[in-house]
Amino acid sequence: MRLSITGLQVSFGEQRVVRIAELGIAEAEIVGLAGDSGSGKSMTTLAVLGLAHTVGARVSGSIRLDGTELTKLSQREMREVRGSRIAAIFQSPAMAFNPVFRVGSVVHRALRLHGMSRAQAADAAARAMRQVLLSPSLLDRYPSQLSGGQLQRVAIALALALRAEVLLADEPTSALDVTVQAEVLELLRELRDRERMSVLFISHDLAVVAELCDRVAIMADGAIVEQGPTSQVVTAPRSPQAAELLAAVPRLQPGAGR
Amino acid sequence: MTVYVARRVALAALVVAGVIVLTFVIAHVVPGDPAATWAGPHASAAQVAAARRYLGLDRPPAVQLLSYFGGILTGNWGIAIHTHRPVLSDLAVAAPASLELVTAAMIIALVVAVPLGLISARWPGRAGDQVIRAGSILGVSMPIFWMALIFQLVFTQRLHLLPVAGEYSPNLLFTHPLTRLTGFGLIDAPLTGNWPMFGSICAHMVLPAVVIAAYPAGLITRMVRAQVLDTLGDAHVQMVRALGFGERAVFGRFAMKLSWNPVLAAIALVFGYSLVNTFLVEAIFDWPGLGSYATDAIATLDTPAILGVTLFIALVYVVVNLIVDLIQAAIDPRIRLR
Amino acid sequence: MIEAPSTVPAAGARLPRGQRLRQGLAANPLMVAGGVMSALIVVIALLAPLLAPFPADAGSATHPFMVLRPPSAQHWFGTDNVGRDIYSRVLYGARISPLIAVVVLVLACAIGVPLGVAAGYFGGWLDEAIMRVTDIFLAFPSLLLALALAEVLPPSLITLTIAIAVTWWPWYTRLIRGQAASVAGRPYVESCRALGISRTWIIFRHILPNSLTPLIVQVSLDVGGVILTTSALSFLGLGAQDPTPEWGLMVAEGQNYFTTAWWVVTFPGLAILVTAFAFTLLGDGLRDLLDPKRTFLR
Repeated sequence: MRLSITGLQVSFGEQRVVRIAELGIAEAEIVGLAGDSGSGKSMTTLAVLGLAHTVGARVSGSIRLDGTELTKLSQREMREVRGSRIAAIFQSPAMAFNPVFRVGSVVHRALRLHGMSRAQAADAAARAMRQVLLSPSLLDRYPSQLSGGQLQRVAIALALALRAEVLLADEPTSALDVTVQAEVLELLRELRDRERMSVLFISHDLAVVAELCDRVAIMADGAIVEQGPTSQVVTAPRSPQAAELLAAVPRLQPGAGR
Repeated sequence: MTVYVARRVALAALVVAGVIVLTFVIAHVVPGDPAATWAGPHASAAQVAAARRYLGLDRPPAVQLLSYFGGILTGNWGIAIHTHRPVLSDLAVAAPASLELVTAAMIIALVVAVPLGLISARWPGRAGDQVIRAGSILGVSMPIFWMALIFQLVFTQRLHLLPVAGEYSPNLLFTHPLTRLTGFGLIDAPLTGNWPMFGSICAHMVLPAVVIAAYPAGLITRMVRAQVLDTLGDAHVQMVRALGFGERAVFGRFAMKLSWNPVLAAIALVFGYSLVNTFLVEAIFDWPGLGSYATDAIATLDTPAILGVTLFIALVYVVVNLIVDLIQAAIDPRIRLR
Repeated sequence: MIEAPSTVPAAGARLPRGQRLRQGLAANPLMVAGGVMSALIVVIALLAPLLAPFPADAGSATHPFMVLRPPSAQHWFGTDNVGRDIYSRVLYGARISPLIAVVVLVLACAIGVPLGVAAGYFGGWLDEAIMRVTDIFLAFPSLLLALALAEVLPPSLITLTIAIAVTWWPWYTRLIRGQAASVAGRPYVESCRALGISRTWIIFRHILPNSLTPLIVQVSLDVGGVILTTSALSFLGLGAQDPTPEWGLMVAEGQNYFTTAWWVVTFPGLAILVTAFAFTLLGDGLRDLLDPKRTFLR
């Protein structure tokens, strides 16, 4: 397991919002984290990134990345992990980019922050853009000039260029059209297969999760109520929450590819 | 972008025209009959009528307005009663000193306010934040003329730290006379290598500039704090954190850039406001700028001079706002891409 | 977007109004301080005749043998250049500045709000016309226009009040216009029109109430500004005239004696500062409280 989470608890004062006994992602694997809004999925992302304190939450438990215990790292050490080893993409790509910076500016700064020279950064950015099937010239644009799908792909390109080992994808397709969604999902598959990335795919849409992920974990009230290979969870759910989520999907085709 | 610039310039021109009209209206709001005042209390009816013809007051208001307008545009801003010189040339002499003073004050204010605002936003609610907030409100609540008097008393008369008044030490008039090239002392002195004069002007500028800087500093601190705090809830802040940027970059570079726009607008506002505040400060420090000119004009009820200063400052204000608008559009693409 | 849970930690349900208010107040010590100070100033203003040891000094009384005495047990703030007790005059001054501020702001709203509503709701050429006029007025920094007007008119507190009101209304027009325009554009207002509901009704029942909160916040923040403007104009000799105990005027009168008699200038000026400070604190706190985009960042 590249990323393994054990006994993770995230709380706001007395209120506990996340209680994960065990969750792991192996190399070259996409694990889905499904559940209703408010089930604690997004807080898990923040916790893994070590940013829970920015919204005032406390974290306890273990988060290990390739043997390194992340919860024991100082903020400075954690800053080196963020971006370069663990990357994240968010739900609303239009809001995730600072509107007064050119998209490429953020990309370049991030790459240089993690040690690349100016030339290396430009190179890596251009290559990553092409990998996500975008022209590198789009980096000169402002976020308002790019579509949601394009912005999401730029975010993925950023993760690629940074050579992250783990990608936390928090509802990356929820704000996109179905056709654009399919492209993004395809990109995520490529990340798994070609770059051997570990991807945590968070979504409330079980249909998308079932289509993309190798393994699925169902979250409810902050805890994981069911976990296992996608085909198993989808065809034979054991928990009532999983069953409910499945029932909410109009027509599910378990295990079928596109 | 050029379309935006053209539109804004056209709008500014329209406002300028309106400003001139409004000044005309104010000039003619004077109660009583200007012709009778001009002719004097012992004038006969015929003399008053002649005065009216002479002053052009017998023409229809529209014609009067047009000739006033024309006068303004061709540089005829009337004759100042207390100096017997054309108002425009009086302004040309007095304006640079005030512009220098206000610019210095704005720089002081920015240097102080932006970091304080950022600190305040970084640790909101804590003791430091409360102190900075109270301090900034103190800045915007300060009666400037009172602050000037107190500072003058404390720093010059009691502590003898800084010069009392004037633009430079009077002795230097003889030893190192300043050749005026641009009218701006702080530019002319270095240009002619007159360093003693430069130093003297700076020393004399400190107190009035600090006093004038109080309001802008308070305002900008509050603005930066509010804008940065406002931004912090946005998704892009978390994204940048998730990329590994430290809090200093998150605040200082990413959040702050978004805040520049409203801060710039505030700067334009305070520039105009501060230019008027010179009226309250310059006389106290004997700083030979628009403020002293206006104070003298008020004391002698010199209406042409006062209206001249009013018009001048309004025009400067419009220009400053225009420049800031254009800078805003350059920084924030959302404005010009609309 | 990842956010803290919408419920404030501790209880899951919404807290009762009183408790929320108390929490809001506790989180805002500056505002409470401002409110207390402002209330105190109003009380002082009302009770001035009772609190002042020398009420006649606030009028035209002069005491040639008590000229420029330093602060003492008898005259807490000392005496001025004609022997009047400064403490009494400062107390009476508290009746003038806040009162003028209230009158000015009421006048400014009376002019500015209807214009703003008209511009925002009806739009079109009316909007353009009103906003251009507003722009022209706003092209003058506030003190300047009031100053020019006050100069051409005979100096008095009434002239001052009118002059400042004339300068202040454009801000409210702009503010209300923005609010009115955004409310007018909302679907439910359109459906009201479709149902045949009269425009006046819509304006009074929908547009105005929704625009009021920012207006209240702005007005409370402006009180301090008007007080400063009033005292500045009086300082320049364009407003209150002797023997009115207006604080700005008192500072102006004391200027010439300042180096030897520091108290003549210090106390009236301090009064201006404290009053403007108190009302601005209050306004600032009100804005924090009433602002819908409250972000509770720890």
